[in-house]
Amino acid sequence: MGELIRAVDLGVILGGAKVLEGITFSVKAGELTGIIGPNGAGKTTLLRAILGLLRICEGELNVLGVPDTSLMDVRPKIGYMPQRQSFERRFPLSAADVVAVGLLSPATVLRKITDKDRSIRAALQSVGMENYAGRPFKELSGGEQQRILLARSLVRQPELLLLDEPNAGLDFPAQQSFLQLLHNLKHEKGLAIVLVSHDLVSIASSADQLVCINRSMHIHGSPAEVLRSSHLHEAYRCQFDYLSVGDKRGADCE
Amino acid sequence: MSEILAYGFMQRALLAALLVGTLCSTISFFVVLKRISFLGAGISHTALGGIALGLVAGVDPVLTGSIFAVGTAMSTGYISRVGKISEDTVIGIFYAFGMALGIALISTFKGYYPELFALLFGNILSVSVKDLLYMSLALVVILAYIILFFKELLAICFDEEMAEAAGLPVKPIFLGLLAAMGLTVMVSIQLVGVVLVSALIVIPGATASRLSRNYRGMLAISLVIGLAGSFGGLFISYYYPVPPGAAIVLILAAIFVLSMAVKPWFEKHLRDKE
Repeated sequence: MGELIRAVDLGVILGGAKVLEGITFSVKAGELTGIIGPNGAGKTTLLRAILGLLRICEGELNVLGVPDTSLMDVRPKIGYMPQRQSFERRFPLSAADVVAVGLLSPATVLRKITDKDRSIRAALQSVGMENYAGRPFKELSGGEQQRILLARSLVRQPELLLLDEPNAGLDFPAQQSFLQLLHNLKHEKGLAIVLVSHDLVSIASSADQLVCINRSMHIHGSPAEVLRSSHLHEAYRCQFDYLSVGDKRGADCE
Repeated sequence: MSEILAYGFMQRALLAALLVGTLCSTISFFVVLKRISFLGAGISHTALGGIALGLVAGVDPVLTGSIFAVGTAMSTGYISRVGKISEDTVIGIFYAFGMALGIALISTFKGYYPELFALLFGNILSVSVKDLLYMSLALVVILAYIILFFKELLAICFDEEMAEAAGLPVKPIFLGLLAAMGLTVMVSIQLVGVVLVSALIVIPGATASRLSRNYRGMLAISLVIGLAGSFGGLFISYYYPVPPGAAIVLILAAIFVLSMAVKPWFEKHLRDKE
């Protein structure tokens, strides 16, 4: 399987300051990659660079076979789910209306979207929410809203899915159910998923590989390798004495 | 009713109420969804500086006020995004600047300017044919813009980050909406004046958002409320000694209070229907 994302020594400057440097990792089709790191580590910045919303200042970035200078061309093939606080919670849209937003692109400006209903139905079906199409979005639970937002990022049938802390604010059953859904999507559709998360235990048990950053690259490898590595402690400035995929007892932070 | 329509000034006033009511309630839909209500008040007060400048320079004050209103709206959007400052902070500065400029220029006036009083508190009964043409042109341009970019505007109001990630031209489309808002405020000043105009672009949308669960219903209810307030206020001011601007805003405020009272009943009715 080919690499859908390849980053080599990637660096990003924001507001005159270098917020990312030396980031190296790759993502293959059908792989779930977890991006971990403390608050302010640059995880969202990395996703925005992969989307082409931020220019890289050094290194190399190749996404879906195109270099960082042409990422706009492959944007329709990338599904993106921003952090939960990015949308207006009380907005008067139905679940189907929210999913329809995902169909918008520069190509649809001043044009009618073709095959809209079928695409929305298929996206809702893929997240098990086909019966919720007409329900007001603002009246859904947090977990149901996340599924609808996931359907929005799937509606254009992307090859690559970028999710920014999709589990934040959800209770444990809703988190588990959401991760199970991602697992199914990965296997059924062969999607490559890049998931930013603060929940080390959940992400370690779901991901095929973890990328740990804190402004710079700390470690990249299988969950077991990353969780046992001393680089994880350096990134978080924490002592994760008992944390591993099979042993989830906690961490002792400074 | 026929008595009202017999007067030329009332015919023009009713037409102005129709045009401005439609315009304000449409813009109000986006103002409430994007939570930029304070921008409306800011734009109108900044426009005072432009109006005063026009009066001092002997230029049409509606033209200079419009330039100030549209300029303020677009500059606020641009500066808040480029400078990463909240829109509230930027408009707070423009608001004070426009008012200060207006007061400074007005203090240089010699004699009495009835136009100034009309622009501060509105005088729909003095609307001329030229004013109606200006309002009609604004309505056509703004409605055309909103119809053309409706789905993008809705997406930007719902989730700007997602719209940007989708590659939509978020900045120019949003600046266009702000320009439309500035123009709307300026043409509405004739109806209710600088002091009260923000009510016209906030209350219809705010009330409609309480009574509707989807955006289509919200837009329709906002339109009905905007027109009910505009026509209702005009009729009241015809029969009672109340200035039309104040009457319009009082009716809109009453409808909003009523919407709060009927909301629980309304929601139960919708649930029962489901």
